[in-house]
Amino acid sequence: MSWIKDILNPEVRQWEDFYRNRWTHDKVVRSTHGVNCTGSCSWNIHVKNGLVSWELQALDYPRFSAEVPPYEPRGCQRGISFSWYLYSPLRVKYPYVRGALWDLWTEARAAFPKDPVAAWGSIVCDPVKREKYHSARGKGGFRRGTWEELAELIAASNLHTIRKHGPDRVVGFSPIPAMSMISYAAGSRFLQLMGGVSLSFYDWYCDLPPASPEVWGEQTDVAESADWYHSKFIAVVGSNPFMTRTPDAHFLVEAKHNGSKLVVFSPDFNQVAKGADQWVPIHAGQDSAFWMAVTHVILREWYVEKKTRAFEDYLRRQTDAPFLVCLEPGENGGHRAGAYLRASQFKATSQVEHAEWKFFIWDEGSDGPLMPAGTVGHRWQKKKGAWNLKWKTEDGVDFVPRLSFLESHDLVESLELPDFTDGESGATVTRRVPVRRVMTERGEVLVTTCFDLMCAQYGVSRGLPGERPVEYAEGGHPYTPAWQEPFTGISASDVIRFAREWARTAEQTGGKCSVIIGAGANHWYHNNLVYRSIITAQMLTGCIGVNGGGLNHYVGQEKLAPVSAWAPLAFGSDWKIPPRLQNAPSYHYLHSDQWRYDKKFGDVCNVADPEHRMTTGHTVDQQIRAVRNGWLPCYPQFNRPNHQVLAEARAAGHTTEASITQYLIDELKARRLRFAMEDPDNEASFPRVWYIWRGNALLSSAKGHEFFLKHYLGTHTNAIAPEIERSEVKEVNWVEKLPLGKLDLVVDLNFRMDTSALYSDIVLPAATFYEKDDLNSTDLHTFIHPLQKAVTPCWESKSDWEIFRRIAEATEAMAKEFLPDPVPDVLLTPLLHDTPAELAQPAVKDWISGECEAIPGKTMPNIKLVSRDLTQVYRKYISLGEGVRENGLGAHGCLYPVDDLYDAYHEGHPMEKWNGKSYPSLRHDRDVCEYILHFAPETNGELAHRAFEAEGHKTGLDLSHLSRDNRGVRMKFDDLVSQPKRYLTTPYWTGNINGGRTYNAYVLNVEEGIPWRTLSGRQHFYLDHEAYRAYGENLPTHKARIQPEKYGDFDKTRPDSMLLNYLTPHGKWEIHSTYGDTLRMRTLSRGLEPFWMNDKDAAVLAIADNDWVEVHNDNGVVCTRANVSARIPRGICMIYHSPERTLSVPKSPLRGGRRAGGHNSLTRIRLKPLLMIGGYGQFSYGFNYWGPTGVNRETHVTVRKMDKVVF
Amino acid sequence: MNIRAQTSMVFHLDKCIGCHTCSVACKNVWTDRAGAEYMWWNNVETKPGTGFPIGWEDQEKYKGGWERKGGRLTLRSQSKGSAFFNLFYNPNQPGLDEYYEPWTYRYQDLFDSHAGDDQPTAIPISQITGAPMEIKAGPNWDDDLSGSPVYAENDPNLSALSELERQQLFEVERVAMMYVPRICNHCANPSCVAACPSGALYKRGEDGIVLVNQDKCRGWRACVGACPYKKVYYNWKTGKSEKCILCYPRLETNQPPACFHSCVGRIRYLGVLLYDADKVASSMCVKDEHLVESQRDLFVDPHDPAVIQAAKDNGITDAFIAAAQASPVYKYVKVWKLALPLHVEYRTNPMLFYVPPLLPAMGKSDQGVVSTLSQEFFSTIEASRIPLSFLSKLFSAGNTGVVTDVMKKLLAVRLYRRSLSVPEAGADQAGEVLRAAGLTPAVADEIYRMTTMATVYDRFVMPPIQAEETTYAGRDAEACKGCNGFGSHPAPQRGA
Repeated sequence: MSWIKDILNPEVRQWEDFYRNRWTHDKVVRSTHGVNCTGSCSWNIHVKNGLVSWELQALDYPRFSAEVPPYEPRGCQRGISFSWYLYSPLRVKYPYVRGALWDLWTEARAAFPKDPVAAWGSIVCDPVKREKYHSARGKGGFRRGTWEELAELIAASNLHTIRKHGPDRVVGFSPIPAMSMISYAAGSRFLQLMGGVSLSFYDWYCDLPPASPEVWGEQTDVAESADWYHSKFIAVVGSNPFMTRTPDAHFLVEAKHNGSKLVVFSPDFNQVAKGADQWVPIHAGQDSAFWMAVTHVILREWYVEKKTRAFEDYLRRQTDAPFLVCLEPGENGGHRAGAYLRASQFKATSQVEHAEWKFFIWDEGSDGPLMPAGTVGHRWQKKKGAWNLKWKTEDGVDFVPRLSFLESHDLVESLELPDFTDGESGATVTRRVPVRRVMTERGEVLVTTCFDLMCAQYGVSRGLPGERPVEYAEGGHPYTPAWQEPFTGISASDVIRFAREWARTAEQTGGKCSVIIGAGANHWYHNNLVYRSIITAQMLTGCIGVNGGGLNHYVGQEKLAPVSAWAPLAFGSDWKIPPRLQNAPSYHYLHSDQWRYDKKFGDVCNVADPEHRMTTGHTVDQQIRAVRNGWLPCYPQFNRPNHQVLAEARAAGHTTEASITQYLIDELKARRLRFAMEDPDNEASFPRVWYIWRGNALLSSAKGHEFFLKHYLGTHTNAIAPEIERSEVKEVNWVEKLPLGKLDLVVDLNFRMDTSALYSDIVLPAATFYEKDDLNSTDLHTFIHPLQKAVTPCWESKSDWEIFRRIAEATEAMAKEFLPDPVPDVLLTPLLHDTPAELAQPAVKDWISGECEAIPGKTMPNIKLVSRDLTQVYRKYISLGEGVRENGLGAHGCLYPVDDLYDAYHEGHPMEKWNGKSYPSLRHDRDVCEYILHFAPETNGELAHRAFEAEGHKTGLDLSHLSRDNRGVRMKFDDLVSQPKRYLTTPYWTGNINGGRTYNAYVLNVEEGIPWRTLSGRQHFYLDHEAYRAYGENLPTHKARIQPEKYGDFDKTRPDSMLLNYLTPHGKWEIHSTYGDTLRMRTLSRGLEPFWMNDKDAAVLAIADNDWVEVHNDNGVVCTRANVSARIPRGICMIYHSPERTLSVPKSPLRGGRRAGGHNSLTRIRLKPLLMIGGYGQFSYGFNYWGPTGVNRETHVTVRKMDKVVF
Repeated sequence: MNIRAQTSMVFHLDKCIGCHTCSVACKNVWTDRAGAEYMWWNNVETKPGTGFPIGWEDQEKYKGGWERKGGRLTLRSQSKGSAFFNLFYNPNQPGLDEYYEPWTYRYQDLFDSHAGDDQPTAIPISQITGAPMEIKAGPNWDDDLSGSPVYAENDPNLSALSELERQQLFEVERVAMMYVPRICNHCANPSCVAACPSGALYKRGEDGIVLVNQDKCRGWRACVGACPYKKVYYNWKTGKSEKCILCYPRLETNQPPACFHSCVGRIRYLGVLLYDADKVASSMCVKDEHLVESQRDLFVDPHDPAVIQAAKDNGITDAFIAAAQASPVYKYVKVWKLALPLHVEYRTNPMLFYVPPLLPAMGKSDQGVVSTLSQEFFSTIEASRIPLSFLSKLFSAGNTGVVTDVMKKLLAVRLYRRSLSVPEAGADQAGEVLRAAGLTPAVADEIYRMTTMATVYDRFVMPPIQAEETTYAGRDAEACKGCNGFGSHPAPQRGA
C-alpha cells in the first residue's frame, strides 16, 4: 500500500480549478420562499452571470439566548429546490389565455369595437358561448397574449360584473399572507377597493383549530420552535415535525438530549416516530379517547387522591374552573349542566352594564357568589380598567375563588351527562355533583363550579353520597383508561403511565409539558373535541402560558407579525370602507354545490339533544340560519344585485340610510329578498369573477375538487355522487336543474403551470420569490425576513403587486368611460369577535320566525350603505388613505395613534398627489414594505410603547415595562436585509420575548394578568352556549367515529373488496403542491405522489409495490402507483398532500378513459353546524378565526390494480 | 510517527430527520448538468433498506474495498492477474438498473397542447434519450420504508438478526427506520485510488480529500468498482469519473461543504484528525471485531508535543494543528468514542463517522391492543426498536459491544441532563448511570453542549487554506492575484 501517496504538489493539481470555477458567483441576495410554508427561512440566493444558480441557507441569525440552541440553518429540501423553477420548462413566462375564450373575445370586440364592457357581456350572457369556453377549461389550447390585451379583458369583466351583478360577485383567493404579505395584499386590496370579496384560507384548509377560539378566544397562538427546547415532556399528536417542520425539527431532538421525553402518537410509523422515546400507534382520529382517559387519571391522582397546590392555583386564576354554572332539570329526574350564572340574574347586579355578560365565582372569604372583574362584560363596558385577572372585583374587593363545593355544598345532586360511547345520540350517564343554592330574582337556582362538573364528566369518584369508587380497569365506565382501549387500540396501562409521567413532569417543572399537534388531529369532523380533550389535560396541569408548555398547533397557521399595520392596507380600509371577508368553507359548500350531495348531518354527528332545532335537519339550512342571524358572512349578499335592491328602495321613496335599511329588513322579513346563500343556484346569486394568486385554489386546497370542476368551471368531472332528495332540505331554495359553470372568468397569477393555472381562463406570469421585494414572518420563530429581487422578473413576469396595479389601472381607465358614476352599494357584515357585537345574542332567537326583532348588528348582520367609485380604484391602490391617520392602527379593539407618523411620512418617502391631496405612495412593492415596517409596533418600538399604553388603559394594568427598553427600535427594509431581526413584544401577540426569552403563547395573560378574549376572560373548560349543550359538547368529551357507509362516499361506487380510510397528510416532497412538481423532488420520490398502503392489505388486493392503482369513491378517482409499506397500518391509506394533475396522471378506466384527478378528487367537505354560532363572546365571527372548517379525514376509498395504463 | 491531517466528518444520526436537503444542496452546486444527472455525491438512505445504488453493501456482488489475506490487504476487485483484463471489462460495476435512468417530464405539453377533449398531463421522459419512459427506480426509491417488503427486507445487514427479529421488524412490535446520509468517506486507505490504472485518483496532502484528477482520468472506471461505498460515478458525457470533492473550493475559503452547510437537522460536525500514516494499512489487518478500536488507535492526540513536532516536520501548518486541537470530530471519535465508521470491515479506513441513533421502545400487541414494552422513562437499549446486532453490522463490523457502549453514553447524558432540571429525576441515579457508561458530569455536559447547543462555528472547525503556500505555491502570488479568474481551467472533455 505504500504506493498510495498524498499529493501536495500544486503543479499536478492545477486541474482543481475546474471545480473552483464552479464555486464562484457575482452576488448573494437574501430572500426566502413566499407561499404557504411556515418555515420562514432566510436564504442566500447565489447569482452567477446574471442567472440565479443555487441557493443556500443564511447562517447569520443573531443568537438571542444562550439557553436555547441556535436557529441556523433554516431551510429544507423543498426550499433549496426552488431555484429550479426560475428557468424550468414549467415556468409561466408569458401571459396566456384559453383559445376558446380568446376567439369569442376577438369576435365580440369586433362586434363592439368601442365598448369592451358590452363585448364581455355579449359572451357571458350567451349560454351557447358560455358552454363553449367553459367546456374547454383545463383541456389545452392556451394562446399567448399581451399584458395590455389581457388587462383590457379583465377590466371589462370587472366592470360588466359590477354593473350587472354588483361587486360582491368578484372574489379572490390567496393563501396565508404571512409568507409574502405584500403579494397577498396586492389582490385583496384591489378587490376590496372595488367592493369584492376575499375568501378565507385557514378554516377552509381545516387548519384552524376551532378549539382555540372555543377555549382561548384566539385564532391560534403557539410557541416558536426554540421554545420546545424548554419542554421536559413533549407529546406529538397528528403532526410529523420531522417531515413537515423540517427547519424546526432539530429543537425536538436537541430537547431530547437535554433530558426531555418525546412521545409520538400516530397510526403509522412516521418520520418523527423514528425519533421518539415511545411511539403510540393510536387508531386514526381517536386521540380524544386517549386524552379523556389521561385526564381521568390526572383528576383522580392529582386532584382527588392528593391535592396539588400549584395546579389548583393555576385553575383558580387562569381558567373558568371556579365559575358557577346553573343546573337545569334533566330528562330522567336529575339535572343537566346549564348556562353560567350571570349578573342579570341577581337584583343587585341586573342593572349593571352588560349584566348578561358578567359571571360569578364563589368567594371563599364571604362564602357566597361574587362577580369578579375581567369578563367580557367588563371588556366592553364604558368604564375601562376592570378587564384584568387580578383577584379583585371591579370595586377593588379582594376575593379567593372556590374551586369545588366538595367540602361545602348544600346538596349533592344527580347530573345527567351525554355519553357517546356507543355512537348514539341522546344517551346519558348519571353522575353526582355537589351544589349550592343561590337565590336569584327568579327564585332559587342550584349552582356548581365548572371544576365540579369536570369531575363528574370524567367519572372520577370523590366519595360523594351515591358515588362508588371507580377502577381504571372498568371498561364500561367513561372515561377510564380501560374504556378507551377499543377506540384507540392502546392499552390502559400505557394511558396510566403516560398520565403519570406527564403530570409528574408538569408538577416538577411548573408546567413544562407541551403538545405539538397538527392536521392528523385537526382534519376530523370532531376536531374541536380532540383538541379540547388535550387542552383540558394541559390546563389541569398548568401547562398553558408557560415557556416549555403549550398546545403547539402547527398546520397552516399563520403569524403575520406586523398585522395591525398590514390589515388596513391589505383590505383597503385605509379608504374607510370595511372589507367583505368571507369564510371559505361556507362559501364553497354552498356555491360549489357540495351541499347538494351531502346527507343530513345527524348521520355523522352524534348530539346530546337530537330534538333541538340546531341539531336537526340539513347543514345547508343551519348555514342559512347562521347567515340570517349575523353569525357568518354571506357574499354575494342577496339573490339580487345590491345596487338593484337599493334602486328599488329609492323607487319606493326611501332616501335616508335608516329608512333604506328598514326597507331591506322588511324585504328580507317578507322573503321577497333572500340572502344569496338561501338561493345559491339562482343565476343571480352566482359568483362571477375569481382571482387566484399565490395558491392552487382549484386542486391543492379544493376539497371536493371534482365538484369545483363541475359547478364552478362547467368542465369535465369525475364525480358520480348522486344528489340528495329535495325533501331533505327546508330553507334553501331548491333549483331542479341547475346550470353548470357558475364562473364567468377565472384569472390565475402564477409562476408555474399548476393545476389551477391549467384550468383557468387567463394565466398571468408572476415573479418568483427571488424576483420581488416582500416581507415574511411565521410563528415558528420571531424573526421577520425580506424577500428580495435577486434578478429582474424573468421573461414577461411581474410581481403580484405590479400585476394588480396594472389591472387596477386598466379598470380605472375603462371605468372613466363605462362606469363614471359611483355605484351605490350596501355592505352586510356579521357580528364580529373582538368588537362589542360579540355581546349581541345572549340567547338564540330567530327574527324570521318572529322570536325577536330584526335589528342590524344585533339579531342580524350589520347593514351599512356605501358607494364604489371605480374611477379612483388605481389611485387609491397606490396611495395610503387617510383612514389610517384618522382611526389609528391596531387589532382586537386596542388602537394606537399614528397621525403624527402619517403627517411626517412625506419626508424621505415618495408621495402620490391627486385631487389636491398628497398621500404616502404604495406604488412599488418596496414602498409597501417600508410602510408596514414603519407603522407596525412589532418593528417600530415607539408604536409598541403606544400599543401597550392603550392595552394598559383597557385593562387597568401597568404594562409599560414591556415596551420600555425597545422604544427606540426602528427597523427598515435594509436592516432586515443586513441580518435577520427579531420583532418586538406587543399586545397583539401573547408572548413576551424581551430579554432573549423564547416566544410562547399566553405568557402575557398568565404573567401579566391580561384576560383571554373569552366570555369569562379566562381559559374555558366549559362552553355554556345553548348549542354546545344541545350537541353535548359543553364539556370535553369523545364522540365515537361513524361507519364510513354513512358518509355517503359509496352510494354509487361498489367497493372492490375493502374500504380504506383515506388520509392526506402533508408530504416530504412538497409544501402543499409547490416544489412537488420540481424535478428535484420528483426524482427523490418515485416520480409521482404514490398511494401508500399496508403490505398485507396490498397482498389481499394482489397489488405489488409500484403497481399502478385506481383509487376511487363517489367523489372521484385517482390513478397513481402503489407504495407498499409495512409502516402503514392496515385499514388506512395515504396520498401525501398534494400532487398535481399536471404531472404523470393517466386516464381512468373506471371513468370512461378520462384523465384521473388529484388527491382532492376523492374528498368532499362536510361542515359541523355547531361551529356556525355567533354573536356570543368568543363564538363570534372573525376572518380565519371562527366558523365551520373544511374537514376531510372522514373519507374512505376503495382501490384496485390497473392492468393497462394510458396517458 | 508519520503524522498527516485528515478532514473528517461526524454524522449524528439521532439528529438526522431524513430530509435530503444535503442531497439537493450538493446536486444544485455540483451535479446539475448533463452526464451527471444520476450522480448523488451525497445521498440519504433509509435503513433497513437497499440504498443507492441498489444493494451497494453487497460486496459479494460488487467486490469493493479490501480483503485481509494472509495478514495483508488486497483489493477485492482485482487480483494482480485480473487487473489488466478488467481494464476492458469490469463485471462488478453497477449498471443503469442499480442506479436509475434519470428522467424529466414533458412539461412543455401543459403550455402547448392543442384544445382537445381531455386535460393534458406532462409524461415522464428519459433525460438520456428524451423518449417516454416508465419510472422503475430512482436514487431514493426505498425512502421511509417505501416498498419495504421488496427493499427493506433485502437489507444485507439483516443477516445478523434472528428469524423472530426479522419477522417482527415489519410488525408493530418492532417496525422502525433510521436514516444514513452518505458521501465519499475520503478514506485513509482508499481502494479507489489503489485501483486506478491511470493514477488519476489521489489524496490531497494537506487535508486528505480524495479527488479524481479530471485531466488524468481515462474513464477506466476501476475506481467505481473498487469503492465499496459506490461513491465514484462515471460521467457519461465527459467520459471521466467524478466524486464528492468535500467542497474543497468552499473548505479552502473557510466555508463548510454544501451538504454540511445545508444540514437543517444540524447533525454534521467537521474538523481535522491527525493520524499516523505509518499505521494506516496495518490498522485494517486485524479481525473484524477489533477494527473500530484499531482504527481509533490511528488518531493521535493533537495536544501531545511529540505529535505536534511530528506534524510540523511533515509540513502541517500551525493553523491545521490548532484546528485539530479544537476538532469536534476528534472529540466524538477518539475522546468520547461516540462516533463510529460505516462498514469499517471494507477496510478502506473510512474517515467519516456516525453516532448511531436512539430508537423508540418496542411494543407488544395483544388482541389488537398495543402496549409499550419498556417501563423505563427513556426506554432501554435492549428494548430499542431495530436490534443492536443490526446497528453493529453497520457501524462496528458486528461488534455489538462497541455500539452498546455508545448507546449507554447517549442515554446516560439524557438522564443526567434531566436530573438537572426535573428534581424528581434524581441526581443520584443519574450519577450512577453516568459512571456505568464511563462518563463524568463534566464530560456529559460537554457531550450535551456539542450535541445541542453548537453553532456552525462550533460544528465546523477548519482553517482556510493558505493558497499562496498550497494552490499557488511556487508561483508569484502577487501575479496570481492580478490574474485570478482569467486563466480558468478548461472543462474536462471526453478522450482528453
